[in-house]
Amino acid sequence: MKNENLIQYIYGIADNALILGQRLSELCGHGPNLETDIAGTNMALDLLGQTRSYYQYVAQLSGEGTTEDDIAFLRTERQYKNVLLVEQPNTHFGYVITRQFFYDVFHLLLLQELQNSKDETLAAIAKKGIKEVSYHQRFSSDWIKRLGDGTEVSHSKVQEAVDNLWKFTDELFHTTEDDKVAIKSGIGVDVTQLKSAYYEKIKAILEEATLNIPDHKWFRKGGKEGIHSEHMGYLLSDLQYMQRTYPDMKW
Amino acid sequence: MSEQEIKNMEEIFEQRIARDEKIEPKDWMPEKYRKTHIRQISQHAHSEIVGMLPEGNWVTRAPSMRRKVALLAKVQDEAGHGLYLYSACETLGVSREELYEQLHTGKAKYSSIFNYPTVTWADIGAIGWLVDGAAIINQVPLCSTSYGPYARAMVRVCKEESFHQRQGYEIMMTLAKGTPEQKELAQDALNRWWWPSLMMLGPTDAESVHTAQSMKWKLKRKTNDELRQQFIDQTVPQADLIGLTVPDPDLKWNEETGHYDFGSIDWDEFWQVVKGHGPCNKERMSARVDAWENGAWVRDAAMAYAEKQNDKEIKKAI
Amino acid sequence: MRNWPLWEVFVRSKNGLEHRHFGSLHAADEEMALENARDVYTRRSEGVSIWVVESKHITASNPEHHGELFEPAQDKVYRHPTFYDLPDEVKHM
Repeated sequence: MKNENLIQYIYGIADNALILGQRLSELCGHGPNLETDIAGTNMALDLLGQTRSYYQYVAQLSGEGTTEDDIAFLRTERQYKNVLLVEQPNTHFGYVITRQFFYDVFHLLLLQELQNSKDETLAAIAKKGIKEVSYHQRFSSDWIKRLGDGTEVSHSKVQEAVDNLWKFTDELFHTTEDDKVAIKSGIGVDVTQLKSAYYEKIKAILEEATLNIPDHKWFRKGGKEGIHSEHMGYLLSDLQYMQRTYPDMKW
Repeated sequence: MSEQEIKNMEEIFEQRIARDEKIEPKDWMPEKYRKTHIRQISQHAHSEIVGMLPEGNWVTRAPSMRRKVALLAKVQDEAGHGLYLYSACETLGVSREELYEQLHTGKAKYSSIFNYPTVTWADIGAIGWLVDGAAIINQVPLCSTSYGPYARAMVRVCKEESFHQRQGYEIMMTLAKGTPEQKELAQDALNRWWWPSLMMLGPTDAESVHTAQSMKWKLKRKTNDELRQQFIDQTVPQADLIGLTVPDPDLKWNEETGHYDFGSIDWDEFWQVVKGHGPCNKERMSARVDAWENGAWVRDAAMAYAEKQNDKEIKKAI
Repeated sequence: MRNWPLWEVFVRSKNGLEHRHFGSLHAADEEMALENARDVYTRRSEGVSIWVVESKHITASNPEHHGELFEPAQDKVYRHPTFYDLPDEVKHM
């Protein structure tokens, strides 16, 4: 397997952590109360920490003095390989929790497989991440239940989020050409195999939360190929602002 | 209780504090002690959570991954500190919701420095270095204040804050030894934050209404002017070390006093900002009010869910 | 709507030590109280175990009764080993 395939494969995982971490960090200071604010920031810090581990590995694979920051801040929009789900905006707390929940369930399944990767670095990052992500899943599942089975208002708000974000779940199980190479060489996880476990878990929690499971079969995809939603450009404008405005400086 | 009895109780109370005994929540305390503590602790808590906003403003734009996680952790700490302080305040018989209400309606104050905007990345460095620096000078003596829950909260706060100022100074240092453009960012931030930081330590002793009583209750160990002098004395050499210039033409080392002499502070500006006419007073308050109001349905949902779960358990038990 | 109640948080910093009162927080239910306690009070690896209890369930002694509760113990010096006179030659006692 070529370095470039591996790097692209890692982007497919790491960029999700970066973009979701970025979204969560927008909320710091604006949560529904202090306790929840602190919890959300903890998840953001976990995700950004994972991102750094992946990017530092990519930097090492890339050589030529590449740094984690070059990778985080200096790619063009098409070069980010995160799924569309994680870049969706913080419309309201219902969206924040649903987005998190939809991603956490996938993320945990992914890392549980990735810890067996033939690539030792990836396996180690996954192993460490499992503990963090197990907690994320617990947190977001609990909140899905609270919002779903809370008040009428919260039920309808979180149902709206579930209905609107559902279409982004299928993309989690798509495999790009680079993914296929990585899977073949025993480094990558075959995400298509995770699909039934994923929907089983999601449906069980949604049911417990008294929420309807959307039944539409149309899904959106593109993020994994670098074709993002319109939200992504604005997110990157923030993320990259300093590095773009003041190129080639140390911070 | 008769007036005489209260007077006796107050005398015993003051003696306890003078002997360095701690006062705990259920102890008898004069009404004025309770009120003063609610005011000061809640002001302190409000400052922590309003203080999250100017820095939170740069989390999504931090220039490196290392800076991003450090800043995020710092802003999160401030939420934690707000929480510890609100908790301490709640032991005095006032709820966090009531305290928020006071903040949102403008009845309660918070540190006016957070009404200044963070316009460049260097401001994040300046806040950590100067604002946290000034805060630490204020806070360390509070670890041994007379009210137990406040003192304990402050011990935790001070322990956690030790990285905040270093974080800020490191940002400034990196900028100051960076490109000319970066150095200019750093100098510009110092220029804008220096005077507000000095004001942050409170009005001059002559105009400070609370000092005498606060000294007695160990809410204050030094006067505002003493704290200010201490801050200047320790900060000026730090600026020199990284080649930045403190924006005060009158600043001069005084061999005789062993302190820096400094120029006069524009107290008009200070009072303007305190009265609500600072650059960001409105924005800060509306950000807090929005977060609280937009979160109402979330808090309600959690409560409703908890009550339903409780009911279910009771039914099961029957 | 009712506000989230107050909970007291007790943390064991490491095995072998007792749980110590760390502070309080607000939470809607016990699960959340535990999660919030983890997120608020163990951000710097301060703990290995957490107890939470809703504050209203704590019954506290009243400082006004300090005299009757605690002072009678002060003159029971015979409860302490130093009360008993033994020759210096006696070791390990």
